Amino acid sequence: MRWLLVAALAVLLALPAWLNSYAVTVFIFIFFYAFLGQAWNLVGGYAGQLSAGHAAFVGVGAYASALLSAQAGLTPWIGMLVGGALAAALGTVVGYLGFRFGLRGFYFVLLTVAFAEICRIVALNTDAVGGALGFYITFTGNPRQFQFQDNRAYYYIALGLMVAATGIVAAIERRRFGAYLIAIREDEQACEALGVNTFRYKMLAMVVSSFLTGVGGTFYAFYLFSLQPNSVFGIPLSVEIVIRPIVGGAGTVLGPILGSFILSPLAEASRIYFGQGGWSGAHLIAYGLLLIAVVLFLPQGAYPALRRLWVKAAVR
Amino acid sequence: MSADGPAAGGGPPLLEVRGIGKRFGGLQAVHDLSFEMTRGEVLGLIGPNGAGKTTVFNLLSGFLAPDDGEVRFDGRSLAGLKPHAVCQLGLVRTFQIVRPFPHLSVLDNVRVGALARRPQMAEARERARAVIEQVGLGAKARQPAAGLTLAERKRLELARALATEPTLLLLDEVMAGLNPTEIEAIVGLIRSINASGISILLIEHNMRAVMTLSGRIVVLSFGEKIVEGPPAAVANHPRVVEAYLGEEYVHAPAR
Repeated sequence: MRWLLVAALAVLLALPAWLNSYAVTVFIFIFFYAFLGQAWNLVGGYAGQLSAGHAAFVGVGAYASALLSAQAGLTPWIGMLVGGALAAALGTVVGYLGFRFGLRGFYFVLLTVAFAEICRIVALNTDAVGGALGFYITFTGNPRQFQFQDNRAYYYIALGLMVAATGIVAAIERRRFGAYLIAIREDEQACEALGVNTFRYKMLAMVVSSFLTGVGGTFYAFYLFSLQPNSVFGIPLSVEIVIRPIVGGAGTVLGPILGSFILSPLAEASRIYFGQGGWSGAHLIAYGLLLIAVVLFLPQGAYPALRRLWVKAAVR
Repeated sequence: MSADGPAAGGGPPLLEVRGIGKRFGGLQAVHDLSFEMTRGEVLGLIGPNGAGKTTVFNLLSGFLAPDDGEVRFDGRSLAGLKPHAVCQLGLVRTFQIVRPFPHLSVLDNVRVGALARRPQMAEARERARAVIEQVGLGAKARQPAAGLTLAERKRLELARALATEPTLLLLDEVMAGLNPTEIEAIVGLIRSINASGISILLIEHNMRAVMTLSGRIVVLSFGEKIVEGPPAAVANHPRVVEAYLGEEYVHAPAR
């Protein structure tokens, strides 16, 4: 298994040499959404706290680094960390409200959606950040400004983000923190009885998750060069973040990556084939159908199912 | 040993319950309950269904806060402590309706308990293994908890609590639903746990088991303590018979 992963990583590192610019773009989306899905996975997959408002953290991170770069001249390489920290601060507030007052299941979902919507509406109505017109970043192509002429630079950054987040999640899974998160997902009261400070560990998961997602905001901003409140804080982005780990296998290290390799090309293909003829949004129908299929047939996601096949094959 | 006090022993009591009470709306679930436990003791807590036994466990373990009174454990007040903090002090409880982590293996279930005192995963795993052997689930260590029989799940519940290395173990009906052979085995297990130095507070409906295991018994009825004393005295006490069988039975002429 380990060698398979190393080989896969080597292939991904070498791949841009043979890919055309468009294919590189597709991989960038795969990696970036896998990264966001991995960040979500910690709180949504491992701890089982279904946040459906993770776009809020992307948006906060994106606006923070874009504004700091444009108005204070701060390089986005540092703005990235500032954006992550601000997103983590927001995550702390959301987590505190949700966990201190025991909001579970749908109530926690609604709380997270509400916060993302508040962020969206505030951004829409704040002229200092561009309001409804959005915020645009001037392209300079300067690497110090997190801008690159060559698409492949973004490819490697996105790959790096995905690998780093996956490494963090894998390390957490092997420690007490990870064991506790999984146990919290299984039965919170039993955890409390066994000496687990469930509030503290859920908060920690939320902080790490929102920080990473906020870091992703900088990539979003400086890859697309434009921030629209409706896109960067919108419910559709939150859905994009949630759906990959769920399809791939929430609460597994490789689930979000697998989910992104399945869904990102699918979304891209449907955009190409249906997008032109006024069918934009057709990929959402595909998402819906896929999600129904996954819930019905692979409720734990694709990765655990693959793993079972793998084990079966190995035994035989 | 006197009928109304704990077994004689040096030092302060391990557990002091002083006049605790709990109301749920109009229902007084527990009223002015006091008792003590010394180190190493097995105390039985019995009473008819609805007498408030599980509420007492919830009050002792931090799942509920008492309206009145105070619980002291190992010389310190438990007021305001959450269940996890109470567990860290060495007082751990099991649930009447067992709550295993269904998708985790037996070993991973017990490891969660072991992590309370051993934050390193490898060390916790070792401790968990030892406890699983102790409760006789060794052969099932790798199986998911969801696939266990009821008797096995009761043992798992016990193992998880034991893995936290408590000084006082609160067992809520660990024998309910088991057959006589299984009960005999678990009585032996509880005895060996007690022999290893862990004090035990036992809620149990199986009278034979509770009488053999407990040094003293506290009887609850409608949330109040009606009798406290050694098993033999409690079993024949008219108020206990009345609580279980009704007043008419006590006054009925013997045949």
